[in-house]
Amino acid sequence: MEERESEPADAAPGSSRRALLQAAICGLGAAIAGALGLPALAYLLTPSKSRQQDSWIEIGEVDRFQAGAPIEVAFRRSRADAWKVVSEKDTAWVVKRADGGVTAFGPQCTHLGCAYHWDDGRQQFLCPCHSSLFRMDGTVISGPAPRPLDRYETKVENGRLMVGPLQISNQRQV
Amino acid sequence: MKRQLESLLAWLEDRTGLPGAVEHFLDEKIPASGGCHQVFGSVAMFLFLTQAFTGILLAFNYAPTPGEAYNSLRYILTEVTGGRLIRGLHHWGASMMIMVVVLHMVQVFVFGAYKKPRETTWMLGVVLLLLTLTYGLTGYLLPWDNRAYWGTVVATKIAASAPLAGPYMTRLLGAAKGVGVVTFARFYAVHVLLLPPATMVLILAHVYLVRRHGVTPQPGDEALPKKPFYPVQVFKDTAAIFLAFAILFTAAVVVKVPLEQLADPTDTSYIPRPEWYFLFLFQTLKFFEGPLEIVGSTVLPGLAVLALIAVPFIDRGQMVKVTKRTVAIAFVLLAAIGWGGLTAAAVMSTPHEATAQVDYSAPTDWIQLSPEEMAGIAYFRDENCAACHSAGSSSGPDLTRTAVHKDAAWMIRHFKQPAAVRPGSAMPPVALADTQLNSLAAFLLKLTPENASALADAPDFAVRGAVVYQTQHCAACHMVNGVGMKVGPPLNGLARRQARSWVDDHFANPQKLSPGSIMPPYQLSAEDKKNLTAYLFTLPE
Repeated sequence: MEERESEPADAAPGSSRRALLQAAICGLGAAIAGALGLPALAYLLTPSKSRQQDSWIEIGEVDRFQAGAPIEVAFRRSRADAWKVVSEKDTAWVVKRADGGVTAFGPQCTHLGCAYHWDDGRQQFLCPCHSSLFRMDGTVISGPAPRPLDRYETKVENGRLMVGPLQISNQRQV
Repeated sequence: MKRQLESLLAWLEDRTGLPGAVEHFLDEKIPASGGCHQVFGSVAMFLFLTQAFTGILLAFNYAPTPGEAYNSLRYILTEVTGGRLIRGLHHWGASMMIMVVVLHMVQVFVFGAYKKPRETTWMLGVVLLLLTLTYGLTGYLLPWDNRAYWGTVVATKIAASAPLAGPYMTRLLGAAKGVGVVTFARFYAVHVLLLPPATMVLILAHVYLVRRHGVTPQPGDEALPKKPFYPVQVFKDTAAIFLAFAILFTAAVVVKVPLEQLADPTDTSYIPRPEWYFLFLFQTLKFFEGPLEIVGSTVLPGLAVLALIAVPFIDRGQMVKVTKRTVAIAFVLLAAIGWGGLTAAAVMSTPHEATAQVDYSAPTDWIQLSPEEMAGIAYFRDENCAACHSAGSSSGPDLTRTAVHKDAAWMIRHFKQPAAVRPGSAMPPVALADTQLNSLAAFLLKLTPENASALADAPDFAVRGAVVYQTQHCAACHMVNGVGMKVGPPLNGLARRQARSWVDDHFANPQKLSPGSIMPPYQLSAEDKKNLTAYLFTLPE
C-alpha cells in the first residue's frame, strides 16, 4: 500500500510486476520447502530397509515333542534393533499336532501381552491376567483376547525344529 | 474466498498484531544503492535454518555416544530412506554456511559498512563467524570414525598448547586423558545444546541492529529516494537463497560424504586432516616449530580475531564509494591469496593415504563373504560376466534372480560347456581352473537382488587380496568369517591385534616375528602382499 504511494505514476505496470515478484518469491520458497520437506517425510515415515536377515534358530529335536502336551521352550535369538543387534531370550509354546506337524506359539497373550501358560487339567492355554482362554490350536475360547495366539514360522530340517520370525495373527475373533 | 482470507487476517491482526508486524518488517525502506550485493546475510540465515532442520532430522536417528554414534550414522546412511541425502545436506551445508558467512563479511568489509554507527553489528558478526567455525569443529567429531577422531586429537592438542589457558582448555574439552567419551559428550553438547540457542540470540541481535541503523547507504544515496525492501529486494534475496540451495542439494545428491572405519585410537599410522576451511591454520602451524609452535597455533589466530573485531575502530574514516576503497579491496585480495596459498600448500603436502580405504557410508555386505566367495567376485569381474548377466542386459539372465535356484555342480558344468547344459546358449565357455570355477559358483550362490549392489561395491583391493588368499591356500590353516581351519589363529580382528607393517613383514619370515610359528614363508609380490594385507585388515571383528 505504501509502495503505491511512492510510485503512483505507474501503478498498473508496477502492480503487475509486483504480482510477478510475489509469485516468484512464493514459487521459489515452495520449491525449497518441497525439496526439504518431502525427503524429511520419507526419512521419518518410511520403514527402514533392514539389512539383517531373519535367522532360523534350532530349538530341539522334533521327536522331543508329544502330541497333546504343549511345552514351553526357551531359546536365544539375535534381533536387529535399528543399528544394534541384541541377543535376547525368547520362548515359544510348542504344540505337536495330531497330523504330526508342529506349531510354535509366541509366548504372549494377544490381549495385553501377559505370559500365558498351559493348563493341563483344562487342556487349554490360560492367561492369568484377564483369564483369556485359548485352544491348543491357538484360537480364542473366551476372555478379552482379540485374536488367536501369534505363531512363529517353523520348519523341520534333519529332524530338528527351527523357528523363524514371529507372525502376528490377524484373524479377528469374537 | 478472498473475503474470508481478509477477515482471517483482520482477526489475527486484532488478536496478535502479527500481520502488521510482518508488513512493517517487509516495508522497511532501504537506500537506493541497495541490491544484489546485500543478499549474503539472508542466505547465511537460510543456511543456518537448513542446518538446524537437517540436524534435528539426523538427531532423530542418531545415538550420541562413541561407537553407537558411528553405528547409528551407518544405519542412517545405509538403511534409513533419504538418510544419505539428509546427511549430505548437513555436511555440505556446513561448508556452504562458512563460505557464505565469509562472503557476507567480505561484502560488508569492502563496502565499509562496519563504520559508525554500525560497529556493534560488525562485532556481533565476527562472533557469529566464530560460532559457525565452532559448529564445524565440534560437528567434525560426531561421526566418530577415524577421520573424526584423529582430526579432533589435533584440535584438542592445539587448544592444549594455548599459553596459560591450555590446561584449562584441555579440561574444559574433556580431553585431559586424550580424546574420549567425555570429549565426545562435550562436543555434542556444545554442538546441539549450546551453539544453536546462542546463534539464534545473536542473529536476532544482529538483525535488530541492522534494522536499528538501517541498511548501510553509499555516498550519494542521500539525494535519492529510498526504496522498499519488499518485493524487489526480497525477491533478490529469495533468488540467491534458491541458487544456494540448488547448489547445496546437488552437492548432497552427487558428492558422496565418506565414512571411514570406526575410530581406532590405536591406529597411529593414521594421518589426520582437518576440514578444508581449517587447512590454512593447519599449514600455518608448520612454519613454527618447538617453543614457537604456540605462535602459529594460538597467538596468530588470536591476534587475527582481535584485529577482525577491531576493524571498525582501526578504520574510522568517512564513508566513501566502494570503488574508492582500494586499500580494503587490496586487503581482501591479499587475504584471499594468503588463504588460498596456505590451503593449496596444505592439500599438496598431505600425503596420499598409503592404504586403500573402504567407504563405510555404503552397505558393506561383502565383508561377510568367505575368501572363496570374494575371489569369485574377482573372477566375475575378470571374465566380464556382467556384460551379459546384469539387470539391464537382454543377452543373459540376471544372475541376482536366477543363480540362487541352481546348485554349484550345475553352474560348474554350465561354465565349462554352456551349450551342453543349456542347448542353444550363446555363452562362451569360462576358461578358468576348477578351483576358480568353484569360487565363481560360491559367489553366485550368495548373490541376491537385495545384496547385488552392495557386493558390487566390494573394493578391488579386497577381491584381489582374496584371490591371493585362495591361491596361497591360507584357509588350510586360518579361518576367515567362519570358513577355514584353526591350525593358525583366525584372521578376523587381525587389525586390532597387529600393525599393518608387522603383517607385511610376517609373510616373508614368520618365525622371525612369531618364534615357534609353523607357518611357511611366502614370497609374495609387492602388489599381492599389499592387497592381501589390506583385505585382511578390512575383516570384521
